[in-house]
Amino acid sequence: MNKLWIIIKREYLTRVTKKTFILVTILTPLGIGLIGFVSGYFASQAGKSAKNIVVIDESGILLEEHLSSSYLQFTFSDQEIDSLRRNYTREGYDIVLHMKRQELVPGEKVLVQYYSKDKLSMPALESIERSLASAIRSYKIELSGINKDALAALDTNVDLENALSSGEVGDGEATGSTASRYSTIISTILSYAMGFLMYMVIFIFGSMVMRSVMEEKINRIVEVIISSVKPFQLMLGKILGVGLVGLTQMAIWIILIPVILLIIATVLGGSNISQEDLQMANELINESEGGPNQIALFIQEFKSLNWWLILPVFIIFFFGGYLIYASFFAAIGSTISDDLGESQQFMIPIIIPVIIAFVMIPSVFNDPDGPIAVFGSLFPLLSPILMPARLPFDPPLWQVFLSIFILIVSIIFFIWLAARIYRVGIFMYGKKITFKELSKWMFYKG
Amino acid sequence: MSQILSLKNIVKRYHKNTAVDDVSFDVKKGSIFGLLGPNGAGKTSIIRIITTITGADEGEVLLDGVKLNNNHPAEIGYMPEERGLYKKMKVGEQLLYLAQLKGLPYDEAKKSILHWMDKFEIRDWWNKKVEELSKGMQQKIQFIATVMHGPKLLILDEPFSGLDPVNTNLIKKEISELRDKGISIIFSTHRMEQVEEICEDIVLINHGKKILEGKVSDIKDKHKENKYLLEFDGAMPSSIRGEHFDVITESPNHWIIQIREGHNSNELLRVLIENDIHIKTYKEILPTLNQIFIKKVQGESHE
Repeated sequence: MNKLWIIIKREYLTRVTKKTFILVTILTPLGIGLIGFVSGYFASQAGKSAKNIVVIDESGILLEEHLSSSYLQFTFSDQEIDSLRRNYTREGYDIVLHMKRQELVPGEKVLVQYYSKDKLSMPALESIERSLASAIRSYKIELSGINKDALAALDTNVDLENALSSGEVGDGEATGSTASRYSTIISTILSYAMGFLMYMVIFIFGSMVMRSVMEEKINRIVEVIISSVKPFQLMLGKILGVGLVGLTQMAIWIILIPVILLIIATVLGGSNISQEDLQMANELINESEGGPNQIALFIQEFKSLNWWLILPVFIIFFFGGYLIYASFFAAIGSTISDDLGESQQFMIPIIIPVIIAFVMIPSVFNDPDGPIAVFGSLFPLLSPILMPARLPFDPPLWQVFLSIFILIVSIIFFIWLAARIYRVGIFMYGKKITFKELSKWMFYKG
Repeated sequence: MSQILSLKNIVKRYHKNTAVDDVSFDVKKGSIFGLLGPNGAGKTSIIRIITTITGADEGEVLLDGVKLNNNHPAEIGYMPEERGLYKKMKVGEQLLYLAQLKGLPYDEAKKSILHWMDKFEIRDWWNKKVEELSKGMQQKIQFIATVMHGPKLLILDEPFSGLDPVNTNLIKKEISELRDKGISIIFSTHRMEQVEEICEDIVLINHGKKILEGKVSDIKDKHKENKYLLEFDGAMPSSIRGEHFDVITESPNHWIIQIREGHNSNELLRVLIENDIHIKTYKEILPTLNQIFIKKVQGESHE
């Protein structure tokens, strides 16, 4: 097994020391950081420019205490609209809102005009509209004499009717509903992120294995190496070496990306802005009140996910899925004698299960313990993508372990199978290979 | 034990086609052995069995008296016909990698590689990438990769193809030096003139079967056709023809003749002297291996 180690070492070192690898590994987090910086910068600019609003209310409907928003500052003014329109920028306002004297007719829209030097963004407009609507609503409530507390209770009840289920449902409390909703959002994002990562890894590093096998075959060094080691050792060494390259890159990214994002957040003027952005986002998603609490909830929910299960199991499936698919790619690489075009016919059977797994992700969200999700997370060609996607929804532990067991057995089987094809394929030149021949190779004697 | 390698009734089938059909031969220790045959005869299949790349379906291979096993790759050096190196890898790193795969520890590998690089005066190529080197230079690297781990048995498949005369001589010199050190060499080729020059024993393979084997000199002797070159002054009396020999090619003062069965060269010489013919050259023409080879191979395909 010493030779296997030598092969792994070479496969790993030649890739990790390549300039392109170093560049991609460092530039990707920088690129993500740059995107974060640019969007953060613009968001903060947008937030700043929409801050001060001066209101002229001729109707008497709007009240200062009803118009509250964490990032919109409303000031009431008694000035004439014409003079204010001329002077508002000098007085330090960004927007003038003008509500004319009018009657509130049920079912009819209320018209409010605004003046702004800059073009207002959609989020800013919507946010102002919502503030106004909420203020008018408060006015109507007071006017109608409805008990405010009773109404608030009704509101909360409406929010509780959430179709998406979660492990934490059952508390029945008002906060419980918000929490489960967040954890569902987090789980969904996390599931897609892990599924997508798996997909990327399978194709980027799987095709790296394939190209490497082809390269050795085409420049004929494979014959020199196979006179020293077994084909199985060479293939496995290559798969493991490239897999370690993948893990290295992921590890660097997992460390670098948050660090860079943190640096950018600091550069952009402290965490206020990013928090404000978050708050704004929250307000857009969720109309209920009490912004700061929600960030805390979000973070709390994020922390309360069963990470002790998700992370190690994800890593197992990450590497396991890679091993299965990389062995397919290695087998394909060995059948190609000169041009890449030939590989297409064999690529299709690899791509299909990956695509199916991706298509199945939404079914996993909708019914994390349903038959599709259970099947998908156990079947070895789908489970590397679907089991991690299911993890944030607390699947039964026995299914997780059964899936890992099936995965390991499949890894051994598929690597064995790939090696049977590989050892014949690497010495076949100048002939187009059909599936029928491939299946014969599996039964050739050593 | 004077045999480094014995093949006993080796059979290798690929699907329906038999690549090696009951082939047996021995290679003497410290000799240069020619494995000959036209393209597609099964030479490469035999070599791949010896180098443990593939297994034989039947028969056994003994290396130094021991049945082939997983430790043997370290004792064999193999240079395939299709040369191959990692193009993007540096020469030194590459040789170190290949040597370690042969089972050499790092320090020993480095020492041996430097020794060979010094010998070929290419030590300053250590940090060059293979793709930066010319074909001839790459061949030298390939040769080093074949011999650096000190194998008992070298298998060289067409070692001179693509080499210029200077490098051909260099490799020839190395081959005979290695032979003198007691290393046995199997030399696989279809270029017969090189075989005559270098090899002591040969085996000729065609269509997966052994059709000829033995010492080069014995084979030539066995296949001689009693042809002689005769150069002389003056005219040849016509009476001399007919009884002892046939003239194969005839030009003034330069004949190639074939002595008929039942007569020998001394008889003819006596007749020539009696006729007072002034002989300048009288020399037996032995067939070249090439001629034997072509004859044998064509004979096979006519069957």
